[in-house]
Amino acid sequence: MLISYLPILVYLIISIGLAVLIVALSEALGKKTHTAVKDLPYECGMVPISDARHRYAVKFYVITMFFLVFDIEAIFLYPWGVIFKPLGLFGLIEMGVFILILMVGLAYVWGKGALEWE
Amino acid sequence: MQVLFLILAAVALISGVLVVIQVNPVRSALYLILNFFTVAGIYLLAHAEFIAAIQVIVYAGAIMVLFLFVIMLLNLRQPEEGGEKQHLAQKISGAALAGVTALLVIYTCTRINLGPAKEMVPGFGSTEAVARSLFTDYLLPFEVTSVLLLVALIGAVILARARLD
Repeated sequence: MLISYLPILVYLIISIGLAVLIVALSEALGKKTHTAVKDLPYECGMVPISDARHRYAVKFYVITMFFLVFDIEAIFLYPWGVIFKPLGLFGLIEMGVFILILMVGLAYVWGKGALEWE
Repeated sequence: MQVLFLILAAVALISGVLVVIQVNPVRSALYLILNFFTVAGIYLLAHAEFIAAIQVIVYAGAIMVLFLFVIMLLNLRQPEEGGEKQHLAQKISGAALAGVTALLVIYTCTRINLGPAKEMVPGFGSTEAVARSLFTDYLLPFEVTSVLLLVALIGAVILARARLD
């Protein structure tokens, strides 16, 4: 059974190996010249005005939290879908209650205007 | 199989230590992703396929995004040089706590008698097996989970309320 996961392992080894190979080869073969112009952040385009470490707006956090909650809800749908037929009506009601409780949350979030971006 | 486990466990432990000792929080988060993936590999070796998939989808996917946003939200800059001394007490107490926990774990492990493992049920750890126990034996915890998620939703809105207005 575990043998069916072998392609993932092979894929992992190839991708790690390729990344190491590319970095190592460019380090070993590449020509390194440093001039004042070459060491600028950009060779063309806008000159950076500040670093990228700005404080992010809190709405990103709220949206991610919603994503996390509904992601977990979706995760529960996978096993439910697998045994949907043997569970029958019982399973349908079970999942209906689960989704209904979360829909209360969605209605609350929507009503509070937390889904609005501006 | 044993070799694979030892490699995964070693990478998990090393990346776990690296998460703690990093100065830059974003780097800590990146090592945490590595840690999540190795733990998913260990779950897979324990035949817990569904849990391994969830580990990657929820932890390495959604929760890591949340962590990164919180790091950016707090705007943690690189600490300046010389701030090391303040953390000395933290480091000592952290190491002491880890040491005590390790000793307790080792002590407990020597006390228990490990009998031969039970024969594994066919299909153990598959999505179907997890679903069967989740939707029959553990019906109540499953339904309570939705209340927990509801609390998380409302909590996030209330926490950010002052800023959203």
